[in-house]
Amino acid sequence: MVKYLPFEAPLMQLSEKINELKDFTANADVDMSLEIKQLEDRFSKLAKDIYDNIQPWDRVQIARHPERPTTKDYINAIFEDFIELHGDRNFGDDEAIVGGIASFEGRPITIIGHQRGKDTKENIRRNFGMPHPEGYRKALRLMKQAEKFSRPIICFIDTKGAYPGKAAEERGQSEAIARNLFEMAGLKVPVISVVIGEGGSGGALALGVANQIHMLENATYSVISPEGAASILWKDATLAQKAAEAMRITAPNLKEMGIIEEIIPEVLGGAHKDVAQQALNLKAVLSNSLEQLQSFTSEELVQNRYDKFRTVGVYAE
Amino acid sequence: MSIKDLFKKNKIKNKARNTNKHEEHDVPEGIMTKCPECRHVELTKDLVKDLKVCSKCDHHYKMTAQERVAIFFDEGTFKSLDDHLQSVNPLEFPSYIEKVKSDIKKTGLNEAVLTGVGELEGKQIVVAIMDSHFRMGSMGSVVGEKITRAIEDATELGAPFIIFTASGGARMQEGVLSLMQMAKTSVALQRHSAEGNLFISIMTHPTTGGVSASFASLGDINLAEPKALIGFAGRRVIEQTVREKLPEDFQTAEFLLAHGQLDAVVNRKDMRKTVSTIVKLHVKEAN
Repeated sequence: MVKYLPFEAPLMQLSEKINELKDFTANADVDMSLEIKQLEDRFSKLAKDIYDNIQPWDRVQIARHPERPTTKDYINAIFEDFIELHGDRNFGDDEAIVGGIASFEGRPITIIGHQRGKDTKENIRRNFGMPHPEGYRKALRLMKQAEKFSRPIICFIDTKGAYPGKAAEERGQSEAIARNLFEMAGLKVPVISVVIGEGGSGGALALGVANQIHMLENATYSVISPEGAASILWKDATLAQKAAEAMRITAPNLKEMGIIEEIIPEVLGGAHKDVAQQALNLKAVLSNSLEQLQSFTSEELVQNRYDKFRTVGVYAE
Repeated sequence: MSIKDLFKKNKIKNKARNTNKHEEHDVPEGIMTKCPECRHVELTKDLVKDLKVCSKCDHHYKMTAQERVAIFFDEGTFKSLDDHLQSVNPLEFPSYIEKVKSDIKKTGLNEAVLTGVGELEGKQIVVAIMDSHFRMGSMGSVVGEKITRAIEDATELGAPFIIFTASGGARMQEGVLSLMQMAKTSVALQRHSAEGNLFISIMTHPTTGGVSASFASLGDINLAEPKALIGFAGRRVIEQTVREKLPEDFQTAEFLLAHGQLDAVVNRKDMRKTVSTIVKLHVKEAN
């Protein structure tokens, strides 16, 4: 059962009423189908109204929805012959990042993405999708492997951020992230990154130095979580809702700033409402994106990535 | 005469003595400096002569960008770059520009980094010096742009690029644009490196967050000043996450060195010599 988010409360109430009436009609002699029809019309109108006026904080809630499709959901739905490849060859295997090789529309491809868990047990195993340095180093190993075999790379970004822990610092969290930014800049194969949920700061960017960046409609990409921003800027984490607006972290915001290429439309109410359809929307954009980059030489790809990031920033001369 | 009155005289005397004492110490502000670490007091003049390193406990005081220029370059060779770039307010944060303007006045810099070309023992180098007195050295669009331009200049000249980092991380008020400066500087460094050029990163107190997780960690050689705080996440955040007390020296330069994250910790007094030797050892053969 899909849970409703706070801003969807009116929808939930209406949906309960409709179900009550349906039960009543089924068990009694009274025919209420006309009333049901009316209520259902009202429901779709209300739904459109609510989702058309969606606020940044509502998007944050959708991006964090426990049932929101993850990297593995999209891998299963979009790619064939996926083989997961583990480990950084130095320290361990960080399950907060999954990676591997697969086939996409008949072409070999490398896929890397943050991986949240779907329940508490899996979340503990995957550290809630917050990688340690070995996760980023695994990602880099797989990128270099892709480069050797001239495979395009697709990255799925979905993390609150790199893990802020003692062991992570000891093993060089900063260096691991920095190294990925640096090495991704020089990759001689097409790189496409898609923010599918939360894009949290440097931990997200470490899979994000791509030729093209796309975002799901309700995904967010930010320098700090709304809660973190609120507590730093206003010393009050409860102002997160206000911070979500002020920090401009939604897909339309990033498109406007020229940081991302495309906004991938989500099914009404968010990706979790229809994972199969959402995967199709994502696949179409990936397919188009790869097509565009296919004709680039390796030098052009590096230049293209350079130009993309070189121009980001707003200042006066 | 009550007992209380017996002490009255003393009270007056003490008061007078205190005033005298106060007058004794009433020297113009700034002549003496007290070390925040060991409380050793010395003449500011001597401290500056010692490159702002405490003569008793070796504490490295924070330095302004201009002070570093004065002690690092061959005299009179430094020429600053891109002083004309100005921060704007892309996210329309209340009072952001006012804060920037007040720090421009305070520091004499246009932003939290000073960049320029100069010579070190006769060798041309391009340098970026971050200054934590300007908005905590935080990186927004102008800081990212100035550093990137400096890297590009170094690449073009085939000269070593050297950075002194001092930063609390990305600048909140410019949102995701600040985050993207990490990528912008990194793509420029990748190109600098691909053309066989040298990059030395010198981490000074403090180097954290987005700056630590981008160019600061990307040197061919990564150095740090003693006791400098260097890390990705803040100490308080980590303590809250892991719910354990962190070691005293956690995230210091020495801690990073012990964990294999640095090439060397170099005392400020030896920094110029060390860097110039490294530069000398990387001079490209003139074919």
